[in-house]
Amino acid sequence: MNTPTLPRYKVLRDADACINCGVCVRECSHHVHQVNQKTGALVARHGQCVNCQRCVLFCPTTALAIDRWPQVDSGSANWTLKTMQDIAKQADTGAVLLASMGNPQDYPIYWDHLLLNASQVTNPSIDPLREPMETRVFLGSRPDLLKINEREQRVLTQMPPQVKLDVPIMFSAMSFGSISLNAQKALALAAKELGTFFNTGEGGLHQDLESYGDHAVVQVASGRFGVDPHYLNTGSMIEIKIGQGAKPGIGGHLPGEKINAEVSRTRMIPEGTDAISPAPHHDIYSIEDLRQLIFSLKEATLYRKPIAVKIAAVHNVSAIASGVARAGADVIVIDGFRGGTGAAPLRIRDSVGIPIEFALAAVDQRLRDEGIRPKVSLVVGGSIRNSADAVRAIALGADAVSIASAALIAMGCRQCQDCSSGLCNWGIATQRPELTSRLDPEAQAERIINLVRGWNLEIKEMMGGMGINAIDSLRGNRLMLRGIGLSDKEREILGVKCAGE
Amino acid sequence: MTESTTEKVVRSVELGTAHFKEANEWVRDALDTSDVVELQEVFAQRYLGCAMPAGKRLEIHGTPGNDMASYLDGGEIEVFGNAQDQVGNTMNGGLIVIHGRCGDAAGYAMRGGEVFIRDDCGWRVGIHMKQYESHCPVIVIGGNAGSFLGEYMAGGIIVLMGQAGEYLGTGMHGGVMYLRDPLEANDIPDGLVLEPVTEEDKATLAGLLQRYGDYFDGELPAGVDLSGDGFYCLRPASSRPYASLYANS
Repeated sequence: MNTPTLPRYKVLRDADACINCGVCVRECSHHVHQVNQKTGALVARHGQCVNCQRCVLFCPTTALAIDRWPQVDSGSANWTLKTMQDIAKQADTGAVLLASMGNPQDYPIYWDHLLLNASQVTNPSIDPLREPMETRVFLGSRPDLLKINEREQRVLTQMPPQVKLDVPIMFSAMSFGSISLNAQKALALAAKELGTFFNTGEGGLHQDLESYGDHAVVQVASGRFGVDPHYLNTGSMIEIKIGQGAKPGIGGHLPGEKINAEVSRTRMIPEGTDAISPAPHHDIYSIEDLRQLIFSLKEATLYRKPIAVKIAAVHNVSAIASGVARAGADVIVIDGFRGGTGAAPLRIRDSVGIPIEFALAAVDQRLRDEGIRPKVSLVVGGSIRNSADAVRAIALGADAVSIASAALIAMGCRQCQDCSSGLCNWGIATQRPELTSRLDPEAQAERIINLVRGWNLEIKEMMGGMGINAIDSLRGNRLMLRGIGLSDKEREILGVKCAGE
Repeated sequence: MTESTTEKVVRSVELGTAHFKEANEWVRDALDTSDVVELQEVFAQRYLGCAMPAGKRLEIHGTPGNDMASYLDGGEIEVFGNAQDQVGNTMNGGLIVIHGRCGDAAGYAMRGGEVFIRDDCGWRVGIHMKQYESHCPVIVIGGNAGSFLGEYMAGGIIVLMGQAGEYLGTGMHGGVMYLRDPLEANDIPDGLVLEPVTEEDKATLAGLLQRYGDYFDGELPAGVDLSGDGFYCLRPASSRPYASLYANS
């Protein structure tokens, strides 16, 4: 027997402003808004609303707003309405609760406890509008020694494969399947224009996006979907996905109903069958096995592509990263516990992993202590919300940051956390043609380009304020950071002094 | 196979104890100017035949190392000896014939091509095999298999002529396994169905067993039955094993 459940949201309609145009009815894939057949009035089925705000923003007379359902809870801070609703849902179904997007719980955000420095009087600040500022980043291993023929101005050392980013920001892995092809195409277009990279995730590379291979990171995950020599050689960098911040330690599962003909062709799996990525790679049970996969990918691509390994930020992340570096990875990607997902078990999303700020600081320090920091580049994500977060991450030791949620928000995402239903009204996390057609790749690429250009200008301004004119001088420069409202232990892990010190 | 190679350009390379990176360069260089490369004195070099395309053939004498034929893309490899771990890892197409046994995790995530193993195989063989359009991967194992054979199997065909290990086909949601020995009722994993082969199955099976017999002609003990009689097939009851595992919160 299913228990009646309370709606999460209440749709408020201003009857005076509403002109009964029906836009809300047409825009809502959740069928919240309905026309009463007898009276012709618009009525709301509140229980189906996920607060994606599509109707609110598209209502021509701003007659709509979404509120929380006004029911008071029992007064217990322990047994909140949400906690009890979760219990009711599991009592009904016996199922694992599924959630989407990043961990929304009220854990500390350490970015907000790190203040940036600026120059005063000495080491004068630099105006990025007047003077050149370098934000270009190369990702890949560095040689132990660089031999140069000065007379011929030629590098003699054979350089390991690297990729060049014109901005220190790339797009995190989001598969075709978890997001629509139009959304992925917007990221590909933006990556090309910005001189950076999008990431296929474990969904293969759709044939329409093969021409963006020079701006694609192709992922190899435990299901090996879409992985063949052509795919590996089309991308610019290969990323082995070990873990994801939103769901460390577990695999992925794209339900059969999302596997339409296009998704099936790109992943190279049958239509309508569950696509299951096992929790581990079953050819990797050790660091030595990881090394074997890294080198099999290097052999398959004739040592021309850097190989990245993506891990989730977990308790022993610094020791793991050290092993990954020694296994031959050229780039380590670390995903913090706020990283997003198209679907993850709720309890795992909300409870597993550690903040990226700590993970990054610990990994950078460990690799430096061991003298192997130059062997790898570090890319961090989960979650970078703005340019100041990016500057803090680079000062803590990152070579570059990757963004996903922020890019989706630029495309219209309202963080309603309902991706797994496949009903995304913004045409992002859905495969339904009537919804994906709402997302114009060119127009949304323009918005992502604007976002990243704005961030890059801000990064230059912050660097200029510090008297720094190249992002290489900011990397790992923790003297540019001061902690505020942090315990001694937290500052010790982050490797920063206290504000005022 | 060997007869048709006579008109082809054949080169021979001796690997000895060369490092895999050097060894694979030699192999690729030799393949650039030939159709068939015979590798002599192979001592566990990894990644031999990695991503090798259709129209190329390796004949390996000695013991190839791990990840032989990874990402194999249509080429043919025949091993005159035993193979180590992860043969045909993420293989896309082609043919592998092993005159001996192979180690763990052979055919991991393969989506196309065929692997014929004369003797036993190790653990975790055929995990997450999958099929797609005309691609239908095949592994034929003449001997016994270690544990976890065909775990998460999403497509393709596994033929096992000897005994299965533990945890056979856990999480299998596609494809078919043909087993000479039936499982005890308790050993059949949840969600899978074990039945005697149908006539249609038997036709597929007989074709594969016939080829097994041809590849290993003269090497098999007398009296090996290649008719396909008495085999059982193990199949998933549903292609959506986890459809009711989750509920949106």
